[in-house]
Amino acid sequence: MFDQILQFVLTGVTVGATYALVALGFAIIYNASDVVNFSQGEFVMLGAMGSIAFSAGNGLPLWLAAICAVLLVICVGMALQRFAIAPARGASVVTTIIITIGASIFLRGVALLLWGKDIFGMPHFSGEEPIKIGEATLLPQNLWVMGGASVLVLGVHYFFNHTTNGKAVLACSCNRTAAQLVGINVSRMMLIAYGLSALLGSLAGILVAPITFTSYDAGVMLGLKGFSAAILGGFGNPMGAVAGGLLLGLIESLAAGLISSGYKDAIGFVILLLVLFFKPSGLFGKASAERV
Amino acid sequence: MSYLRGFYLLTITAAVLPLIFPDNYYVTVVGVTAALHAILAVSLNLLMGYAGQISLGHAGFFGIGAYASAILTTRYGWNPWPAILAGLGLTAVVAFTLARPILRLKGHYLAMATLGLGIIINIVLVQAGKFTGGPDGLGGIPSLSLFGWSVDSDLRWYIVIVSVLLVVVWLALNIINSRSGRALRALHGSEVAAEMMGINTTATKTGVFVLAALIASLAGSLFAYQQAFVSPDSFSFFFSIELVTMVVLGGMASTYGAIIGAIILTFLPELLVVFEDYEVMIFGAILMLMMIFLPQGLFVGLQHLLRRLTRDRRTAIDAAEAGESGRGAA
Amino acid sequence: MKIRKTVSMLAAGLLLSLAAAQTSAGDTIKVGTFLAVTGPASFLGDPELKTLQMYVEEVNAGGGVDGRQVELIHYDTGGNAKEAVNFAKRLIQKDKVDVIVGGSTTGTTLAVMPLVESSEMPFISLAGAVSIIRPVKKWTFKTPHTDAMAAAKIFGDMQRRGISKVALISGSGGFDKSGRAQSLELARQYGITMVADESYGAKDTDMTAQLAKIRDTDAQAILNFGFGTGPAIVTKNVRQLGITLPLYQSHGVASKKYIELAGDAAEGVRLPAAALLVAEQLPDSDPQKAVLLSYKNKFEAKYGDVSTFGGHAYDGLFMALEAIDRANSTDKAKVRDEIERTTGFVGTGGIFNMSPTDHLGLGINAFKMLEIKNGDWSIVQ
Repeated sequence: MFDQILQFVLTGVTVGATYALVALGFAIIYNASDVVNFSQGEFVMLGAMGSIAFSAGNGLPLWLAAICAVLLVICVGMALQRFAIAPARGASVVTTIIITIGASIFLRGVALLLWGKDIFGMPHFSGEEPIKIGEATLLPQNLWVMGGASVLVLGVHYFFNHTTNGKAVLACSCNRTAAQLVGINVSRMMLIAYGLSALLGSLAGILVAPITFTSYDAGVMLGLKGFSAAILGGFGNPMGAVAGGLLLGLIESLAAGLISSGYKDAIGFVILLLVLFFKPSGLFGKASAERV
Repeated sequence: MSYLRGFYLLTITAAVLPLIFPDNYYVTVVGVTAALHAILAVSLNLLMGYAGQISLGHAGFFGIGAYASAILTTRYGWNPWPAILAGLGLTAVVAFTLARPILRLKGHYLAMATLGLGIIINIVLVQAGKFTGGPDGLGGIPSLSLFGWSVDSDLRWYIVIVSVLLVVVWLALNIINSRSGRALRALHGSEVAAEMMGINTTATKTGVFVLAALIASLAGSLFAYQQAFVSPDSFSFFFSIELVTMVVLGGMASTYGAIIGAIILTFLPELLVVFEDYEVMIFGAILMLMMIFLPQGLFVGLQHLLRRLTRDRRTAIDAAEAGESGRGAA
Repeated sequence: MKIRKTVSMLAAGLLLSLAAAQTSAGDTIKVGTFLAVTGPASFLGDPELKTLQMYVEEVNAGGGVDGRQVELIHYDTGGNAKEAVNFAKRLIQKDKVDVIVGGSTTGTTLAVMPLVESSEMPFISLAGAVSIIRPVKKWTFKTPHTDAMAAAKIFGDMQRRGISKVALISGSGGFDKSGRAQSLELARQYGITMVADESYGAKDTDMTAQLAKIRDTDAQAILNFGFGTGPAIVTKNVRQLGITLPLYQSHGVASKKYIELAGDAAEGVRLPAAALLVAEQLPDSDPQKAVLLSYKNKFEAKYGDVSTFGGHAYDGLFMALEAIDRANSTDKAKVRDEIERTTGFVGTGGIFNMSPTDHLGLGINAFKMLEIKNGDWSIVQ
């Protein structure tokens, strides 16, 4: 029984780490621009698909292909900000949501054209020999996912708290006009935020692709789960997003193992709803006062 | 009754179309789907456009209505009419129970909660195969009949569903122009201010939430009888998002906007079919471009355009005024 | 002299092409199809559409059927039942097709069946579930083996290996759920008890939780009904957890893609599949061999790895065209009757013998039990 639970936890943490990275991407963009970016999942898909395309199609070694893919996705993220979000400034929240949904459909359509409907795999970074912890097992790639996610989360934390650019992005999210007045280049900060979010998404995609495989529509579910995780943790709180992601992964895995695998996603959402009923701004969110 | 001017126009158009184009695929087949979507969009617009409460779970209530009718008629041999009522009853219970805790939430949290609700309903439809038929769906649903007039052809379904649409539109217009309608609009502006003016915001929001859910449930029942078949993919969160898109695309807080949005999003894929592999990409691009350039939606955007084009002509001013009052009211 | 010859040739050519234009304009045979070309079931719809397009082109290049050109009209349902109904109406009312060959998924097929029955349209479905043809509906036929046949084939093989306790794990799609239901129903007949019944979501990325649970049961084998990424992940997770029980997959994974994705973990996996996958290994005496090789080579030359799903479309298309050929008309009732009279039709799925009581016409022996060895299929004797 103990081994079983350990296995559920290990599974949950791996899956949760992915959710956490997607959720973090949501939180960063929301913090900077008040936009819920529903194409966050597509960044993940593009990171994985791009790497596979560059390495298989152009014969680049995987690490180089991954770098190319990440750069490409960062450009996509910045283009999204520049050409779709910025022109619609001042539009209502729902309008920007529909714009990002449109962007996600568009990106999926492009991926469909470029790479077709096939499912693609990626080689594991350091082999597939399972690591045993008692009766529970773990793949080296799971460690890559957990380790990679930790590094990225710490990096983001450092960026926002200890660098000028990071603080400037935060300033824009607090008060755009004031930020502009003290000489912050707001539109550049927006590009940085979207680029950073795309970077996180694409790296998440590359880290998990060896385990999960990928296809042109792989981003939909990840985007949805990432959004749920961000809400669970308290929207706009980066570390809350990470906690929300890990928690959601654990809930799903434990629910699948202990209660019912068919209803595990439903159980995840029920718990999410219950949390919201008792804590309307998520687990670690600030209680918001309505502006009159 | 100036706010009903558009309604008469809608009624006449809907009545004339099948007369000019009888048995036309785009009228009696795609048209019926568009009308059904319009019913859903108008009801969602009551909630989103007027009460300012986003819902990403509307397809869930649509699904409850559809499955209640489908299961009761096929598995328990009920007559279709009481099955519709049972669906409405179930929806009322679910919507009423959940309204309070859900509507306490704001903004993205509300979006997430309704999204989650829709997904939970969908998962139950997929997993509870014994009742729902699982992902393969449930077939053999009988058709409706009214005093011996059996609704068994596309044209007859057109008549039924378009009539229901007209009733729903009329209802929506009247609600919007009633005292509670003004309360609703106040809510969208500022909830605190509305409270100050002595409006019971919680009761109003709950009322609208339940009403929107009931209309969706009715639409679901009709959908089940019309298709004679239901499966969970018609009630997924993708469809919820599509409905929200219809409302926003047409123009929030405008009943006619919601109808226009529903019509466009129903016909667009039909027309884009010719692009085959490019369809998905083009659809996404169109969606983005429309929202970037007409952030207030097509209905409002087109009104502005019309006004600008006809600004300096006397008759045009009349038209603009009519449009203005129509927008304020509609 | 030379000029005259050229001119007369030109004239003759012109006449010929005019005649051809006339027949093709006024009198084409319209084959309608609606397939899940995109969406979660695109692994079915995509090869099906490619197959239909490739062969319609070929038939037309060879002069068509009864001198009439064949026109393919296709729509993408994305696997959505509501879309399927609308597109089927479009095919019947607007495009006025002569026959429909399509419906990649069971859900889309069941959704349009009331419509094709009431509009009296001959319809050959490409979907799996047995509920499509049982009870027999007058106008509906199908070409793929049923999920019940797959389950029976698997249980037969398990029985031979002395396996009596099986753990089931399946996805949440229509194919998966239908296969699960048939497996649960048939198990008893083969003296098999199901000791676990787990499931996973269509886009799930890790099934170790479910499999860890299965590991602690006393199952002697694992059966996975599903398609897409699910079975590949299950296969990898089984090996990751160090489970050494025999793993059975369904015909849902019958394409090279599965072996490619699951890699070494797929070694030893068994599954029932149509002979198409092992065409080269069949004895030359096998009546199917020529058809299979021809289809496989053509498809692979044009599009890449063949799957059995495209083969269902091949079977459906030619069954329909041959019926039209025999009927010498596109009269719907005559075509339907001829489809029902199909006997000894050698297709990719097997040798079909339709009858008024059997609108599939395949026996369980149309399936071969395959095992994955050295990254390729091999036939289990």
